[in-house]
Amino acid sequence: MNSPATSTQTNSTQHLVLYFQVHQPRRLNKINFFSIGTHPEYFDDALNAEIIQRVAKDCYLPANALLLDLIKKHPQIKVCFSISGVALAQFEQYVPEVLHSFQALAKTGNVEFLCETNCHSLASLISADEFQIQVFEHAENIYRHFGLRPAVFRNTELIYSNAIGTQVAQMGFKGMITDGVDRVLDGRSSFRLYHHPDNNAFKLLLRSNRLSDDIAFRYMQGASVLSAERYVNWLNHMPVNEPVITLGMDYETFGEHYKKPSGIFDFLRGMLTRIVKDKKFIFSTPSEVMNEVASKQSLNIDHAISWADERKDLSAWLGNDMQRDAFDMVKSLENSVKRTTNTALLTAWRALQTSDHFYYMCTKKLNDGDVHAYFSHYPSPYEAFINYMNVMSDFVIRVKSASAQADLTEAAKQNEYERQHPQVPFWAERKSAEIRQEVFVSH
Amino acid sequence: MKVLMFGWEFPPQISGGLGTACYGLTQALVREDVDVLFVVPKLMGNEPDNGSRLLSASEVGIRQVVSTDSADQPFTRFRHFMKEGSFTTFEIPSTLSTYNMAHLHEPVQHIEHWNYPLNVAETAVEKTTVVTQSISGALYDFKGGYGPQLIEEVFRYANVASEIAIAEQFDIIHAHDWMTYPAAIAAKRLSSKPMVVHVHATEFDRAGQQGSEMVYTIEREGLDEADKIVAVSEWTKRIMVDRYDIDPDKIVVVHNGVIPEERTITETKQNLGSHVVTFLGRITYQKGPEYFVEAAEKVLTLFPDVHFIMAGSGDFLPQIIEKVARMKLSSQFHFTGFLKKHEIDQVLASTSVYVMPSVSEPFGITPLEAIQRNVPIIISNQSGVSEVMHHALKVDFWDTEALSQAICSVLHYNSLSRELKRNAGKAIDLITWEKAAQRLNNLYYELTSNIHPN
Repeated sequence: MNSPATSTQTNSTQHLVLYFQVHQPRRLNKINFFSIGTHPEYFDDALNAEIIQRVAKDCYLPANALLLDLIKKHPQIKVCFSISGVALAQFEQYVPEVLHSFQALAKTGNVEFLCETNCHSLASLISADEFQIQVFEHAENIYRHFGLRPAVFRNTELIYSNAIGTQVAQMGFKGMITDGVDRVLDGRSSFRLYHHPDNNAFKLLLRSNRLSDDIAFRYMQGASVLSAERYVNWLNHMPVNEPVITLGMDYETFGEHYKKPSGIFDFLRGMLTRIVKDKKFIFSTPSEVMNEVASKQSLNIDHAISWADERKDLSAWLGNDMQRDAFDMVKSLENSVKRTTNTALLTAWRALQTSDHFYYMCTKKLNDGDVHAYFSHYPSPYEAFINYMNVMSDFVIRVKSASAQADLTEAAKQNEYERQHPQVPFWAERKSAEIRQEVFVSH
Repeated sequence: MKVLMFGWEFPPQISGGLGTACYGLTQALVREDVDVLFVVPKLMGNEPDNGSRLLSASEVGIRQVVSTDSADQPFTRFRHFMKEGSFTTFEIPSTLSTYNMAHLHEPVQHIEHWNYPLNVAETAVEKTTVVTQSISGALYDFKGGYGPQLIEEVFRYANVASEIAIAEQFDIIHAHDWMTYPAAIAAKRLSSKPMVVHVHATEFDRAGQQGSEMVYTIEREGLDEADKIVAVSEWTKRIMVDRYDIDPDKIVVVHNGVIPEERTITETKQNLGSHVVTFLGRITYQKGPEYFVEAAEKVLTLFPDVHFIMAGSGDFLPQIIEKVARMKLSSQFHFTGFLKKHEIDQVLASTSVYVMPSVSEPFGITPLEAIQRNVPIIISNQSGVSEVMHHALKVDFWDTEALSQAICSVLHYNSLSRELKRNAGKAIDLITWEKAAQRLNNLYYELTSNIHPN
């Protein structure tokens, strides 16, 4: 941009992508084992409203105001958000001012909105059909709220594999963001743009997990906090031949995970102004990077990766028997729920797919377990499982009775159709045709 | 580091968790290179061959036997039977065991009988420091029955402690539960060594609000005299802060360990059907048996085929049996009475879920033993074990609704039961006596260096 670029540096524009994830699940009511079959209300909307209002006050509103202010002062600052559909719906319902503040950011033109599954689900592991429905549902939502058509996709918790990439490419996206997982990079840099092994037009932008987690998980170490100056120095150490650095984290990092007194907002402001001042990087959105940076290599990912925990695979959601049992249950209902064509059931079924429900059931110990406990409102993963399964057990009963009803309706329609269109048996039909022909010929 | 340790029971002569805990703890301390002089009263109620078994059965195996039976035998003539490693055990004859204390507070005349000022006991202790060889049963000849005899034993034991405190060199005193507090206090006064009191259970755990005033007073005295108090759980610490007005900073929580055991799958199963819910422990107020029964009634509305085993005996057993009969649930309930170890294994082998609805459980080792036998557990929040075992379902003891739901969930959701078993089985390896011993060893050094700044 403004930097006096020398001739040797023409190729070395370095992009910085800031990606913030915004998500709030619809938490479940405490459902009693004995109330299975009585169809209680599944979602604890009082709790959800309370949490959303708190997080709005601590994080979304002040952080959005900060970004808006900075973008007005320094128009070179750009960021991107992925806001789940469940979060958008709850903003609309409980804190519309949050939605308005995101809309104000959208109006600056410096903000890109990514597409994801509307209910922040693991639909990419359910079926191609269901995955696509949820993706398009979210794209519609983004258009409705922000007037923008998302071009880049991010799957729930950055879950990615070749197969998922293929499906997303077919839906018309130009690329995806996933995590720069060491074992798939195999020594290569995460500061580059890659593409799908079967489709070099489908780009993969990788989150730099260490630098991202330096903020998201390591901003505060004991009593000391990371300074913006120190952090930007680390960023500035990136070799000049590396084209892009992607910092991705929960937006709730700012003000919710780290509260205001920790100085996290000053850190964010300090970091952004410092990057502006140092001029080493230009701020870019994922679409811009995918348009401007050439991808030289493909990235082959057979087994799904994610950004979660140490292992960066699916084990945070599907790592134990309870999680797989619960997920299989919701997955197995796809056909029967769809057959009912009952909107309330479909909506509930999708809300029950939100990945958080499975995350709460994770029993991994030590560091990871602590993170899971932080994000959970259940006393233990076992309670999370029991509650979810109680809900699902009730839900199955509802689906069964609705599909029995649907079958009845279907049967009634069929009867009526048959009454109006009396069926002529095949042999009879053939015979009458023959007879007609015979008559015709004989004449 | 040499510790003079006062206990009341030691395997195999145990009637509850205290002996097991002392055994696990001292074993681990010895591995930490701590010299342990362990003083226990001899349980004369046992068979004679049990006495010799006590000597041989112990893996630490070092015994010095002190007999207080005959007043004419001077304590300076301790005979060393064996000396192995750094563990020494003294035995002092005693006719009683701890866990019958429930009887103590029942007959009112006993309480009246004990209603003497505690300073009587104190002067008695002091007396023995002067008249070292005149200890005899006659001095404390309470004839009031079971309870008062225990109190008598406690003070007789304190006299012996004085003798040992004079005869032996040690750096620190460590006493386990109230029966040994007078002994520890006596030893402290004679030696001026720091004193640690280890609380495995309080009178509030044993008897709720109906505890013995006498025992409470002895506990108070011991807790006040102690330089540091070790609680087996945060739960116990809270009781001491709330009920005994102890400064929380004086209390250190050291959770018990569990002695590792091979996971055994017993072949012989009871044939009660696929769903068996088991309560295992003394059937007393403290263990919350009535909540188990009330939860069972709710479970049976959904799962009429579930069988409930109540294994153990205790003063609440008759009223529990009557309650079950009144609720017309007798066909689904099985009362086994007190079980031997192999019988416990057999019960656990056919158990689908183990339930401990204790009203107040300082620690609670049996749920961990159930885990060792691959049984998922439901425990009350009012237990120390719930602080260290996270792979369990936890409920408040009074919440029979939540308890019945937890039982139904484990019975109904197979993957829940599998995950509980698997994760608890792994986590139990981390609940070790080594950890406890290391913390205690640190505490010893802290206390001894406080007193001797060099």
